[in-house]
Amino acid sequence: MTEQESKDQKCDRRTFMTGGGWLTALLGAVGMAGLGSVAGLKPRVLPDPSAQFKIGPPQDFPVGTVKVFEEEKVTICRDSEGMYAISLVCTHLGCIVTYNDSEQRFDCPCHGSKFTMLGKVTKAPAPRSLDWFKISTLPSGQLMVDRSITIPLGTKVAV
Amino acid sequence: MKHGPMRSGFAELIANLRALPGNVMASVNRSSTASSTRGRSQSVFGNVFLHIHSVRTHRWTLRPRFTMGLGVAAGMLFLMLVVSGAVLMIHYVPSVDGAYNSVKNIHFVVPGGRVIRNLHRWAAYAMVVAVFLHMVRVFYTNSYKKPREFNWVIGVILFVLTLALAFTGYCLPWDQLAYWAITIGANIAGSPAEVTDAIGITDTIDIGGFQKLLMLGSNSVGESALLRFYWGHCVVLPLAVVMFLAVHFWRIRKDGGLSRPDDIRDEELEGTPSEALAEEVFQPETKSYGLMCLVKDRTPAVNRGPERTVLSWPHVLRVEVAIAMVLLAAMLLLALFIDAPLKEFANPAVPENPAKAPWYFLAMQEIISYSAFTGGMVLPGITVLMLMLIPFLDRREGGTGRWFGMPGDRKLAGVTAIVMAVTVVAMLTFTITVGWLRDWFPDTNQILITAVNPGTVLAGFVTILTLGALAITGSTRKSAIVFFTCFLVSFVILTYFALIHRGPNWDFYWWPSMWPTH
Repeated sequence: MTEQESKDQKCDRRTFMTGGGWLTALLGAVGMAGLGSVAGLKPRVLPDPSAQFKIGPPQDFPVGTVKVFEEEKVTICRDSEGMYAISLVCTHLGCIVTYNDSEQRFDCPCHGSKFTMLGKVTKAPAPRSLDWFKISTLPSGQLMVDRSITIPLGTKVAV
Repeated sequence: MKHGPMRSGFAELIANLRALPGNVMASVNRSSTASSTRGRSQSVFGNVFLHIHSVRTHRWTLRPRFTMGLGVAAGMLFLMLVVSGAVLMIHYVPSVDGAYNSVKNIHFVVPGGRVIRNLHRWAAYAMVVAVFLHMVRVFYTNSYKKPREFNWVIGVILFVLTLALAFTGYCLPWDQLAYWAITIGANIAGSPAEVTDAIGITDTIDIGGFQKLLMLGSNSVGESALLRFYWGHCVVLPLAVVMFLAVHFWRIRKDGGLSRPDDIRDEELEGTPSEALAEEVFQPETKSYGLMCLVKDRTPAVNRGPERTVLSWPHVLRVEVAIAMVLLAAMLLLALFIDAPLKEFANPAVPENPAKAPWYFLAMQEIISYSAFTGGMVLPGITVLMLMLIPFLDRREGGTGRWFGMPGDRKLAGVTAIVMAVTVVAMLTFTITVGWLRDWFPDTNQILITAVNPGTVLAGFVTILTLGALAITGSTRKSAIVFFTCFLVSFVILTYFALIHRGPNWDFYWWPSMWPTH
């Protein structure tokens, strides 16, 4: 190997520093452009409808009620132990489960998941049970459901 | 008054006007005639659109049974889609309030709108088929081998982009099909939550939620989601396809044209166009490599004589134009008589039942019905990755350029197809009649189901077959054939099964006519 060739193959300090500088600048520019683009795609304000909605006073829901709020995709139930709000959005891929009156359960039309009346999953592919939402009482005596707060399955509110 | 110069000026102008058509054509074409060999060569390399062709094309490339014209067909269909899509864009309004009515307008009010929209739909379907079959052709003719590995990878990317274009386009009419397709698609993007939920870290690292948010621009499907799909369908994805197509075509040239065997017998070329020059065999010392001889390393043309080639103009162009015309005629016929579907206006409260994806996604939807994360992200991701890796994992030479080029390839593909078909049907039968973990033990941990479900069992079986073939035959090519055939067969059977035998609530039915009426 001649001296010239060995020089060609070795990377001297100047080449290393210059190359490293360029590489850092390039990675920085591309990285910032990439991060900026992704950050731009992620909205800061979500145009979603409010997660909270009022459902009226407790006396509208006598024991044994199963009332479906179609637009909010929630069903409100009341039994002797209290009230609870179950999401109707299937935990598999977001289809809307339907209340099956004859079998007393919720069926998902898209991929056949099935849930008990308490939202517990009994048939795949749904990976988990239906969400339970928090119900609170407003000072006016009205009940309010907050779809942004999920609570453990089986947490009923005495009213 | 000086009459002379004025008169001669007018005479010159008139002469120029007379010669205008000829001169304009000559300036556009850069050459005066396409009847001589030289003129025909120049009309190819002197034209920006035609110069993606080489001036001369090997006769092997022109064997219809070799390529079946599938790549050209896919390209032509893309062209039709760009043109018809541009027309549709004038009338389409990308908003929740406007989209559905504008599509209705295109169908019922815009002159010719119905045919253009139908054509766009049919050409999209046909392009998915053409791209898929093109991939099958390239695989079974062993054409991904060195130096064409990279072009195969580009091809797989184009296949994925084609599916993405089809999916985003499907969502634009904002009818029931569109709304629930976006919903399901977005939740597949959100399906990593299936795993993060099960191990309880979704509150800290919510990959699924982030992906879903990027896709929809919101937590729910609405205006911003529609705008993003529109943007993807009309700007980003077509641009990406054009870029990758440019590389794809360019690499065909740089890799030495379409693949062909080294040992072509004369009788195999019968039926392809020929000419006097094609019979001539050039001696190596008369070859000229131009710039190629200035640089070291492998060049595409070295050791391959120009013999057995014919002029691309007219022989290749004639075939391409013929394919384009036949396709356009077929698409127009379909468009005239069979309408693209438009369901009711999107209703977020009531899903379609069954909510089926477009047919080219039904194989995926079937495995999604076992587990969203596995079926929607992991298995498709691994499959695409494996397809891209094939040319780097199987580098064995030989048999290139012929269907099932090596002895035993055809038989192996056939046997694999039968074994895989039986396996897929058995898996489906088992899942439908006996069920799966959640049906037996409702409290099963989701991680277990995500990891072990009919989809992953199938994938495991494919892995065993592929590695088994490697162990028995000792050939990476045979192993690749087993893998690809398994992919092909399960894709086709699952698509057929989900299309015909899945009904309301994703239940099994022998025939769509047996679906309960509701």
